[in-house]
Amino acid sequence: MHLAQTRPAQPIRQTIPAPHKIPLSLTVNGVERKLELAPWTTLLDALRDHLDLTGTKKGCDHGQCGACTVLVDGRRINSCLTLAVMKDGAKITTIEGLAKDGALHPLQQAFIEHDAFQCGYCTSGQICSAAGLIAEGKAKTPEEIRELMSGNICRCGAYPNIVAAILEAMERS
Amino acid sequence: MINFQYSRANNIADAVRQIAADPKARFIAGGTNLIDLMKEEVERPSRLIDITHLPLKAVEETAEGGLRIGALVPNSDLAYHPLVAQRYPMLASAILAGASAQLRNMASTGGNLLQRTRCHYFYDTATPCNKRTPGSGCSALNGINRMHAILGTSDACIATHPSDMCVAVAALAATVHVTGPKGERTIAFADFHRLPGSTPERDTNLGTDEIITTIELPGKGFAKNHTYLKIRDRLSYAFALVSVAAALELDGDTIKEARLALGGVAHKPWRDLGVEASLRGQTAKREAFMHAADALLGGAKGHAHNAFKIDLARRAIVRALTQAARGTPQSQSSKKVL
Repeated sequence: MHLAQTRPAQPIRQTIPAPHKIPLSLTVNGVERKLELAPWTTLLDALRDHLDLTGTKKGCDHGQCGACTVLVDGRRINSCLTLAVMKDGAKITTIEGLAKDGALHPLQQAFIEHDAFQCGYCTSGQICSAAGLIAEGKAKTPEEIRELMSGNICRCGAYPNIVAAILEAMERS
Repeated sequence: MINFQYSRANNIADAVRQIAADPKARFIAGGTNLIDLMKEEVERPSRLIDITHLPLKAVEETAEGGLRIGALVPNSDLAYHPLVAQRYPMLASAILAGASAQLRNMASTGGNLLQRTRCHYFYDTATPCNKRTPGSGCSALNGINRMHAILGTSDACIATHPSDMCVAVAALAATVHVTGPKGERTIAFADFHRLPGSTPERDTNLGTDEIITTIELPGKGFAKNHTYLKIRDRLSYAFALVSVAAALELDGDTIKEARLALGGVAHKPWRDLGVEASLRGQTAKREAFMHAADALLGGAKGHAHNAFKIDLARRAIVRALTQAARGTPQSQSSKKVL
């Protein structure tokens, strides 16, 4: 009641003519994919809803949880805050693209060996983020891994095992 | 998110032409804040102008011995740039204290300056907010205001500026280079962000038809005696309750020059030139630091939930100046505050 009274008048939704869908090309896990997307389609939605790559997860959809982390041209980013049209021509690596020739990526193997997940919802983001972290080469100690992995939240609290898995994969690579 | 048009800017003149042609258009670079605000319908642009293809990605030395940073340099690239790490370690440290590795990979230098407040009432379109809807009132004044400002507030707004990077940039006395329809101009960093006053909807003095092209750092980087100390509710990936960028130039233990900027306490990175001047010639000891902290916070005003910030800021200033004087800057991975 009180809220309704104090609620400011919101401007009526502007009618903006729907733009033509924009053609773009993404190389996803080594395969070139042609798409035609509305400009407001995030990279996350393009992967999940248009390319059927549902390994990348939508958690908060606001860049706060890291579940949507993928690698764009080798760098880890939040795909939920990225417009797909802005990545035309980019190389995208998702969790589906990490295993090679039927062999798990060292991070995937290490996550299994260290029991680094419970529900698994954050795991693809954790692993993609860790792949970016290893490529960056800035983290050497468990302390530095924890700091530079802070953009990936695990609500099951598997952090000690995640750090151990990353440390082992880092030493192997 | 409401529907919008999308276009790319081919060069700086084209970007200015496009933004000047449509007052409801916005530039997009990293998008880390803008896309989020669009999902909440706080920002409702008619058009996004993609500036990521503009040639603003260089970090170059200036003839004056400083550094010119392109507006599109990602935050992570700037923090890890060898010249920044060596000559401006306080800036590198402040950048690495903010956001997450993913967001730093995306966010641009220019965009970092243009971040909007994370005041939860600004984000919540069901509540009044003078910054979002001018004249509707400030919900934070008598609401949950634990994260809010203690310096330079007004009756219209008590929001804080969220950036860590900008706190160090303020302490380094940078300049912002912008281009608009009338050509180029330079804005001193202290004049870039605004206090809320009666127009909290305006965060900065950048014109709506202008684009940031570069940020220029003067030669003095205070690489020997500096720190960036950030106090927050969790150890990483959280906005500052209070942060302090402190830099000293020492002659023995006498202060030749002092720089002090605070984050998390005001609508802009807070710098007090009078306090910096009063530190000059003093012995770099706790007593001088306590006087400086008291003077800087003399006009601080707490609200129902954030009065603790006044004492927190006082202690953080003393601690930061001590770290700077000792040459033991705060580590952003080891969270122990020494």
